[in-house]
Amino acid sequence: MKILRFLLQKEFRQIFRDKTIIAMMFMMPTVQLIILPLAMDLEVKNISLSIVDRDHSSYSQQLISKVGSSGYFKMVSMEPSYKEALKYVERDEADVVLEIPAGFERNLIREGKQKVGLSVDAIDGTKASIGGSYLNAIIADFTANLEINNKATTPTNYTSKSFIDVTYSTWFNPLAQFKYYLVPGILVLLLTMIGGFLSSLNIVREKEVGTIEQINVSPIKKWQFILGKLIPFWIMGIIVFTLGLVVCWLIYGIVSEGSLLLLYLFAAFYLIAVLGFGLLISTISDNQIQAMFLAFFFMMIFTLMGGLFTSVESMPDWARNISNLMPITHFIRVVRMVMLKGSGFADVQLEFFYIIVFGVILNGWAIWNYRKTA
Amino acid sequence: MEEKVIICNDLTKQFGDFYAVNKISFDVYKGEVFGFLGANGAGKTTAMRILCGLSYPTSGKASVAGFDVYKQQESIKKNIGYMSQKFSLYENLTVSENIEFFGGIYGVERSEISMRRTDLIERLGLEKEVNKMVGELPLGWKQKLAFSVAIFHQPRIVFLDEPTGGVDPVTRRQFWDMIYEAAAGGITVFVTTHYMDEAEYCNRISIMVDGRIEALDTPENLKKNYSASSMDEVFYQLARGAKRSDN
Amino acid sequence: MKQLFVFIRKEFYHVFRDKRTLLIMFGLPIAQILLFGYAITSEVKNSHISISDNSRDANTEQLINKIKSSSYFIVDETSLSEQEIENTLKRGNVRCVLVFPPNFGNNLLHSGKAQIQIIADGSDPNTAKTLINYLTAIIADYQQEISPAAVLPYVIVPETRMLYNEEGNGSLNFIPGVMALILMIVCTALTAVAVVKEKELGTMEVLLVSPFKPIFVLISKAVPYLVLSLANFTLIVLLAVFVLNVEIKGSILLLFLVSTLFIITCLSFGLLISNVTSSQQTALLLSIMGMMIPTLIFTGFMFPIENMPWVFQVISNIVPSRWYFLIIKSVMLKGLGFAYIWKEVLVLIVMTLALLGVALKNFKIRLE
Repeated sequence: MKILRFLLQKEFRQIFRDKTIIAMMFMMPTVQLIILPLAMDLEVKNISLSIVDRDHSSYSQQLISKVGSSGYFKMVSMEPSYKEALKYVERDEADVVLEIPAGFERNLIREGKQKVGLSVDAIDGTKASIGGSYLNAIIADFTANLEINNKATTPTNYTSKSFIDVTYSTWFNPLAQFKYYLVPGILVLLLTMIGGFLSSLNIVREKEVGTIEQINVSPIKKWQFILGKLIPFWIMGIIVFTLGLVVCWLIYGIVSEGSLLLLYLFAAFYLIAVLGFGLLISTISDNQIQAMFLAFFFMMIFTLMGGLFTSVESMPDWARNISNLMPITHFIRVVRMVMLKGSGFADVQLEFFYIIVFGVILNGWAIWNYRKTA
Repeated sequence: MEEKVIICNDLTKQFGDFYAVNKISFDVYKGEVFGFLGANGAGKTTAMRILCGLSYPTSGKASVAGFDVYKQQESIKKNIGYMSQKFSLYENLTVSENIEFFGGIYGVERSEISMRRTDLIERLGLEKEVNKMVGELPLGWKQKLAFSVAIFHQPRIVFLDEPTGGVDPVTRRQFWDMIYEAAAGGITVFVTTHYMDEAEYCNRISIMVDGRIEALDTPENLKKNYSASSMDEVFYQLARGAKRSDN
Repeated sequence: MKQLFVFIRKEFYHVFRDKRTLLIMFGLPIAQILLFGYAITSEVKNSHISISDNSRDANTEQLINKIKSSSYFIVDETSLSEQEIENTLKRGNVRCVLVFPPNFGNNLLHSGKAQIQIIADGSDPNTAKTLINYLTAIIADYQQEISPAAVLPYVIVPETRMLYNEEGNGSLNFIPGVMALILMIVCTALTAVAVVKEKELGTMEVLLVSPFKPIFVLISKAVPYLVLSLANFTLIVLLAVFVLNVEIKGSILLLFLVSTLFIITCLSFGLLISNVTSSQQTALLLSIMGMMIPTLIFTGFMFPIENMPWVFQVISNIVPSRWYFLIIKSVMLKGLGFAYIWKEVLVLIVMTLALLGVALKNFKIRLE
């Protein structure tokens, strides 16, 4: 224990002497947490619509104004032909083309049935499906409220048989605001990047400078050395996490629904796992370049597959398994559950189990992989 | 008979089919200054790293301070000091902090550390530099400090790997005074060097060529045996036949 | 010219001798494109749903079976009590709860009106919205089945056409995005490090004292990485086509030409970074850790740029991968020709010239 204290003293001195590291540890996540969610808005809004009205009737006008006033769509152009409208899609200026055919009103009244064309740019799947279904709903609503329908159907007739009234609500986030989903997740990502990148560069730097020789030739135990590296970053991580929670509260008004203690407890275990991962990379690499590239490789995977932006359940089985093998997936899940839904320990105990297993394996591996004698 | 602190028998280190160290055998006695000479790439550093417990030997036997180099590296490490070729104190820690850290990780008590530190800084004349970063010191001072740190925990043996590389002659002289002082205090000194004048300061020297020890004796005897007037000549006669060098 | 070839050959030796860098250059993008090509999808499926059936009649059973047979949902439980709803959602697995009130079937048959409540987990609002849409559609469908008479006398039928992506491949958007992202970071970082390394080792000085124009030094540094990056790009395209089943709709020649341009832009950027940094570590921190998140955001494949505050929209214009993403989306996925992408190509050309100009100027200043 005494030796560990000397190691810690040394690490802290080195960290506090390096002003760039301090600035990076505290400023980067705070600033990024303030800025990033502004840029990362996945909410589907501003769907751009190009309209082809070949009928120019009062019905077509009504339909267009109904779509326009719905608030979901931004009308970018009115074109005489589908071909012209499609150009907007090709130039990425429109997402959807609504085509009202010639004779729309006449055919509707005469035949009781008329088609309209919806052409959706389906490259961006989310936008396509949400945009398409909004437009479908608006058209259905328009149809139901058509004058001729109201006249033709007596109220009893219309509702006579079976009518199912669907009401819905989104709990824990009644206004379905995207920031509640994103901000806690970004906090986890930033914490991971700080902890992962800095710890992965740490031991390898001692290797490059040569000071590690002096450590290897001393009777320090391997676990003491790794623990000496881990604890300072762990403390910094907890401070960064606290700063992040303050930003969530001050800037975004997000306050944890669930117990803060539970959140911190999980963060504590999570940091151990992530730092162990960084230290493992550090022991594997020969130089900082390799460490950096390896860290980058895994950070990309963590960012894109950890369920931060896309749902983990929708992935294919094998990808979901990979995702579940990453510590970040579990922390993102837990942070959302506890902060947004107020879930308690019983709800997240399995995640605790996973994260502790990761922590033990990653740190054990790092200790095992660190060779005092080659 | 004097006490043997390093016993080395047919020690070999092989990298693929390359013999970095090829069956070397020698003993080092307590309190002596043992010079370990050889051209670049002769295998000195490799042999030294094995004795310090930094590297596993391929075959042969060796013990340092009574501990086996295969199984008891950690016990060896408790009893030795090491100063590597690459300067390896922390440049972004102060003089005082480096002493404290390295004393601490060898288990020296805090009160003992501060006592010895005051004493050490006075001896080195570093009073004004105590709170300077080590990176800001001139090379000669750094080396002297590194040596002092290597013997701070009073090890039984200290290993010095080319400790005076790049240092001016005056500082080298002072450095050797420190080595003698340590040896007089009972610390065995195992030192590698390129400088033949330094070799003359050693009690005994071994000369390595292509992974083997070609000669081992006191400087006087070596000069006599090779009918040379200086160690330089002895070394030249032996190293001329070398097949490998660094580059 | 002969000298130039000598220098370029020397650079190739460097690159091929460093096996680990080669491994990184090829292995990393391949692994990522494969992982992301399959794993990231904007589709929502396999969502767990629980049902609180307080009526338990023939109608609820039919409707539940209908939900069960849809690929979007996995029905966990059908007899959840209302008190358990909150806890179920808190446990995190179940995304959505469907509540049938008592006498659902009875009401439906006799008064012709019944209610269903959908409670979705709003902590993931996009998924929640999508699931509500799916469920509403399934319910509406069921309503049609049991009482076709509810059909209105006058109906407008929307006919939806999915452009460029008939199969509804949910990861289609991510493939060009990830390509742009990876090419950008790998090219920039490797070039920056290659030049800074020579600076650190001091070999740059040796090159500069040789009777060789500085611009040729830069060119010879960049050429091997250009060739490797193109090889890399080819590999990624082959993977996209043969493994991820992405159909290339436009001209392959055009695709390669614009990709070459983009790679040159990134290499120039890497040269610039190498000019303003003096150690490999700073170059790496800048080109990887510093650029990773901005590139991810401003390329525009994850987050719609039009949703961003205007400041960010302006900033996004200086990110080369943003323009490249637009170009390959047009050429690869939409099958458009040069007439549609000349603006983006022009932007990339201007960027490249500007970057090269600044890099060269810096380089000359250092010489004096």
